[in-house]
Amino acid sequence: MDSLFEKIEPLLFAVEKPARYVGGEMGAQYPTHGPGIVSWLLAYPDTYEIGLPNQGLQILYEILNELPGALAERTYAPWTDMEASMRAEGIPLFSVENHVAAHDFDLIAFNLSAELTYTNVLNMLDLGGIPVRTADRGADDTIVVIGGHCTYNPEPMADFVDAVVLGDGEEVISEITEVVERWKDDPVEGRRRLDLHRALAGIPGVYVPILYAPVFDGPRQVGLEILDPAAPEVIEKRTVADLGDWPYPKQQLVPLTEVVHDRLNVEVFRGCTRGCRFCQAGMITRPVRERPAAQVADMVANGLARTGYDEVALTSLSTADFSGIEGIVAGIVDDPRNDGRVSVSLPSLRVDAFTVATAASIGSVRRTGLTFAPEGGTWRMRRVINKLITDDDLFAAVEAAFSQGWRRVKLYFLIGLPTEQDEDVLGIARLGARCVEIGKRYHQNVTVTASVGGFVPKAQTPFQWHGQDTKEDLERKVGMLRQEARLTRGLQIRWHEPAATVAEGIVSRGDRRLGAVLESVWRQGGIFQEWSEHFDLDRFTSALEEAGLDLEAMTTRQRDEDERLPWAHLSAGLHPDFLWGEYQDAMAEVGIEDCRWTPCYDCGACTTFGIEHVVASNQAPAGGSQGTGQGLDLTATPVAMGARPS
Amino acid sequence: MSVERLPERLRVRYSKTGRIRYTSQRDNARAWERALRRARLPIAYSEGFNPRPLLAFSLALPTGCESGAEYTDLRFAIPGEASVGPVVSPDATAEDAAAVGALLDGLLPDGLQVEAAAPIGEDRTSLQEQVTSCTWSVEVTGMTEAELVERVETLLHAASVPIERERKGRRVTDDLRPSIQSLIVEGSGSSPGVLRLGAELATKPRGVRPAELLRGISPNLRLVRARRRAQWIDSDGIRLEPLTSDGRLLGAAAPMAAESGR
Repeated sequence: MDSLFEKIEPLLFAVEKPARYVGGEMGAQYPTHGPGIVSWLLAYPDTYEIGLPNQGLQILYEILNELPGALAERTYAPWTDMEASMRAEGIPLFSVENHVAAHDFDLIAFNLSAELTYTNVLNMLDLGGIPVRTADRGADDTIVVIGGHCTYNPEPMADFVDAVVLGDGEEVISEITEVVERWKDDPVEGRRRLDLHRALAGIPGVYVPILYAPVFDGPRQVGLEILDPAAPEVIEKRTVADLGDWPYPKQQLVPLTEVVHDRLNVEVFRGCTRGCRFCQAGMITRPVRERPAAQVADMVANGLARTGYDEVALTSLSTADFSGIEGIVAGIVDDPRNDGRVSVSLPSLRVDAFTVATAASIGSVRRTGLTFAPEGGTWRMRRVINKLITDDDLFAAVEAAFSQGWRRVKLYFLIGLPTEQDEDVLGIARLGARCVEIGKRYHQNVTVTASVGGFVPKAQTPFQWHGQDTKEDLERKVGMLRQEARLTRGLQIRWHEPAATVAEGIVSRGDRRLGAVLESVWRQGGIFQEWSEHFDLDRFTSALEEAGLDLEAMTTRQRDEDERLPWAHLSAGLHPDFLWGEYQDAMAEVGIEDCRWTPCYDCGACTTFGIEHVVASNQAPAGGSQGTGQGLDLTATPVAMGARPS
Repeated sequence: MSVERLPERLRVRYSKTGRIRYTSQRDNARAWERALRRARLPIAYSEGFNPRPLLAFSLALPTGCESGAEYTDLRFAIPGEASVGPVVSPDATAEDAAAVGALLDGLLPDGLQVEAAAPIGEDRTSLQEQVTSCTWSVEVTGMTEAELVERVETLLHAASVPIERERKGRRVTDDLRPSIQSLIVEGSGSSPGVLRLGAELATKPRGVRPAELLRGISPNLRLVRARRRAQWIDSDGIRLEPLTSDGRLLGAAAPMAAESGR
């Protein structure tokens, strides 16, 4: 394959951050393209510095490059200055390693983790010389695949992709590679894309949207027509049963230029059963699969020695819940080879004093700030969302943090949650004020930042039926909160732009008709919509109008239990009646405990796939009430208990 | 070559070529920090709330430029009892320093290459303050050779060469002329249609970047490639390099002959 680098290089003096486009990372691979090799271009639809650290893509990058019949390179969305130069010079989207044009790869696979990046996918396809719509692609065109958390409702992207991968990618990418290899073996003249689509649809976990046609009645989708006998009725996600079998990435990429999360990242477990009802990640990645502690220790030690990083993050949805967490942290801190210079970051602290003690054991390293996520402003609100942290848990955690030297605490909250009253919103400022008060007992100056996001209901969660707050509601609540927070010196409020929350909501639960809307937003110039300087809700509203769709129907409309949701044919294993039961429990303000340490609620994640939790300890962690049932009002009866299959 | 003894302070001369030239000075510092940690060398850290490794670089190289003459001064820590590996010793020799250089060379990313390393004593001023001028090779397009020669002549005879640039977010007008110690058109560059300029630019009162020099010559010029060939410390009218590529501290200009052909 020809390298485009000679054409790219003259552009690099004139663009911002040219290191985004040259590769050269430690761990980068420069595979040789050729007949008989299936070539993958792994793409992240945002800038290099946001996309490079993505662990999912790095894992697949290594697995594919280890396969004898496959190769993988990477690409990211070029920033607007570079894109303009590339279009002016006729340079297509390229891989950062060998600088090969996107359209010269057999497949391009995007990781989708945020709704507002979708238009970047369209732009990257177009820039890569790949027809944007699946229906316009011929036998020779690059195959477009998407994966990642957003694919649990892929319908808004259905018009643009050949295949959607649900769940863990470690195993399924080899199966896709084999199918593509066989298809490429067919003589060119007789090769039909339909045959490829049929073969892909036969792989468990792979959804091929073009083989289905949704049926609509007004704002609602009422059915899904299966157009081809090769297409299964339901597509179940893929789940890797044992993370210990997949010690990836083994060679984490170390970029030449600064990126987000610029540190060693070691995934300690996948899945979460805390059961927070707003959290899509916690629903779709079940069950909990811990990596063996000895493997974590090896990956940390080898990774630090290889990369030279002075920080390691132990990643998961709730790292403090890892069975061996204290031992792992102590092992890193006390390792003489690290000379006391390595810091450990636990990106998702549990809200209790015990967790802070673990964080404090990290030792002499930078004590810049601690972050907790109570999510709701009152205990009532937190029972609704099943984030079972009492006020006292939070105060104890914050007190532990301030007493052990931290001066800055950040608290994450959501507003616009189901059943939310003004009292719950004001509760955020009141909690913040109490935290400032606690801090002042230890330091003269403390900062408590309450970071407030607008709630967007997500597919495959108990709130998938819920009507989202309007933009005006969210704006009013933000205003109210800011006013209340002004009463407390040292309390800062940061908030997510309500207009962006609305746009996310349009896409989050949108149906296939959203394809036309996304294409229109992109054609109006709407790329990098997750960057506030480029975001514009008007593009979305005018595109909806053009398509004859109603904003309210997409976002604020309450769905009934019997409505056929656009993602009903896709399954993360969760029984719909489990999700509905959880929704009813939420409405009744009833929380449920974590099933790692209590009996099974039969959500379906384990039983559907014949797998179970892989945890080293069956004891709930000490020192807090979150998810352990302590502090729950045990006189309240879960309303849906009888309805759950046993 | 294994490293046993370390000088307390070490000067390293290195080159920056190839694709890594598109990284910033800050990225460059981080690459050095990672290489030092991978080497398990006991670099000293600053005091304070956010300790940083004690690495002092000479004048920042603009993003996109290559160099055959970059420098960093390192300080190693006097060991505590638990330390393993090489330790700081007053007996460390030039050979020990070269061994450290070789070790780091193998651990730095492609494109950062250690040219020489030598023990140094304490300095009152930083290397950055000591350097008085830099020699650059700058490849350009946008003019014929005759036009470029004429523009360079005009510039050298001008009393002042004002250019606008941004400083701390404000547009200011600076005079480039006092910083231009020499400027010649050296002939064709490395690819067709490209011309090469040789320039020596003073670092005081303010450094001049190759792109700024070109703006001073003509708005029609486009920068193709720029390479820093040398950094100089003026010592009573004699130009000395902080460390020559053959390992002499404050050496005279001998290696220039080899460099000028690049």
